[in-house]
Amino acid sequence: MKTLKASAWYVMLVGFAAIVIVPLLWMLLTSLKTNVEATRIPPTFVPEEWSTGAYRTLAEGTSETPVLRWFLNSMVAATGQTVLVLVVASTAAYALARLEFRGRGLLFGIIVGTLLVPSFTLLIPNFLVVDQLGWLDSPWALIVPGAASAFGVFFLRQFFLSLPPELEEAATLEGANHLQIFLRIVLPLARPALATLAVLTFLSNWNEFIWPIYVLFSPDQFTLPPGLSILQGAYTIDYPVIMAGAVLASVPVLVLFVIAQRYVIEGVSRSGLKG
Amino acid sequence: MTAPPVRRRGRLTPLFFLSPYLLLFCLFVAVPAVYGLYISLHEWDYLLPGKPFVGLDNYAALFDPDSPVHDNFWTSMKATGVFTLGSVPPLVVLPLGVAMILNRRFPGRTFFRAVFFLPFVLGVAVIGVMWRILLDPNLGFVNHLFGLDIPWTTDLPWAWVSLIGITVWWTLGFNAVIYLAGLQDIPRELYDAASVDGAGAWQRFVHVTLPGLRPVAVFVTTVTILASANMFGQALLVTQGAPGIETRTAIMYIAQEGLVDYRMGSAAAMSYVLTLALIVVSVINFRIFRSRS
Repeated sequence: MKTLKASAWYVMLVGFAAIVIVPLLWMLLTSLKTNVEATRIPPTFVPEEWSTGAYRTLAEGTSETPVLRWFLNSMVAATGQTVLVLVVASTAAYALARLEFRGRGLLFGIIVGTLLVPSFTLLIPNFLVVDQLGWLDSPWALIVPGAASAFGVFFLRQFFLSLPPELEEAATLEGANHLQIFLRIVLPLARPALATLAVLTFLSNWNEFIWPIYVLFSPDQFTLPPGLSILQGAYTIDYPVIMAGAVLASVPVLVLFVIAQRYVIEGVSRSGLKG
Repeated sequence: MTAPPVRRRGRLTPLFFLSPYLLLFCLFVAVPAVYGLYISLHEWDYLLPGKPFVGLDNYAALFDPDSPVHDNFWTSMKATGVFTLGSVPPLVVLPLGVAMILNRRFPGRTFFRAVFFLPFVLGVAVIGVMWRILLDPNLGFVNHLFGLDIPWTTDLPWAWVSLIGITVWWTLGFNAVIYLAGLQDIPRELYDAASVDGAGAWQRFVHVTLPGLRPVAVFVTTVTILASANMFGQALLVTQGAPGIETRTAIMYIAQEGLVDYRMGSAAAMSYVLTLALIVVSVINFRIFRSRS
């Protein structure tokens, strides 16, 4: 009876997992079909004729759909923002966790409070701020404004507070200043938290959709997510090309997820326990 | 007791550490928050030199049935409302079930956890273009697989079923992982004590699991409501607002009004009305959770 119940759980689990995996597998397989096969009725799941034509179309690109350029732009934006977030969030979090100054609690409260402000509220005014800075239609619009998110500061501050203060106190007695303590003691100890923040920042910037649609105008400046929407319009029923684009936009984040799965899932878990 | 020497040195040290982030925070959070309010009080056409002050006219227009924006705005608010009502309950309940399964000890548990989380690491653009083709009424694989003839992307109520289904498929694993962490935080002894008192599986769930998960459930619900109110990509890529403008969400309309038609004063006013609606919903949500304690 017990084993029967246990196997029923297992069947359910495998069923759920199939619902997750099959559409993604279909996406990959469709990108490897010929266009004729992809739009045939009845549709096939596994390609009868394997083809890399869709990927060759993407690699060639057109002036309206320079897909490899989009890939590069996405890499630059996501990497750039990750580096920027690591620098500004870790320094601010250190000050909020370890330095004593007037108004510290209030400042932290204000910063964390903005986590509850929905992003769309600031969409229009942020567009105008970025315009004033002359950053419309440039990578700066994708890298800098998003780094003002309070998440990294909040996340790292909690981690810094959990570190034992003895090491820092010993360094202070030996005459180290705060910058030295921060760089030589706190940052090395915080490596797992920094890795988690880096991965989460990269993922969310890579997947950013609404913001780049409106702050970028020229095809050369696009990243992959708004690019997919262009592909969808340009190749309407050339399904393999659209799916190849989607695969291209998925591969880097899937690889990152597989490598850094522990960091991603633990980062998400911990954000919930604090809520 | 004397304070360590470093603490007395340099009042500028905190400023040194804080200033890079604070600069960004001011430019892209604090200034826009105030600037947005200012814009909403003006007839702010991005392309015109004059941006006359109009007081609360932009807000009044949203509540005036004769204004050109009234119907469009409320249709889009209704769309966001329908989507939120439809997607929040399954996204609060189903992930709890998945988390309960994943909380048991069995081989491959970590693997399955990763599989359920997987769709969430993909962006809405990937999810959107993929499901648009899968759900195509004529050529789509879903209709073929189940021998159906359903207009998933072009007619009601199917367009809503699709958008909600896609979103559940996409973000279920995220909520499940949060629940799972919450489940693992409930002390084992509570379950043991309940068993000693003769509680069955269901009673343990109601009297130990659910109360223990309350803070996590509040968090999951709040985050899911926020995400639903932000819905944009799914509708843009899968239904394109069809049929008509029935599935055009508030964010889609605000972006259209402000960033395509450049009527930014009006769009900014809409953002604040939507934000206000969201605050009301969140407060009600917190009240409901509190009254259950």
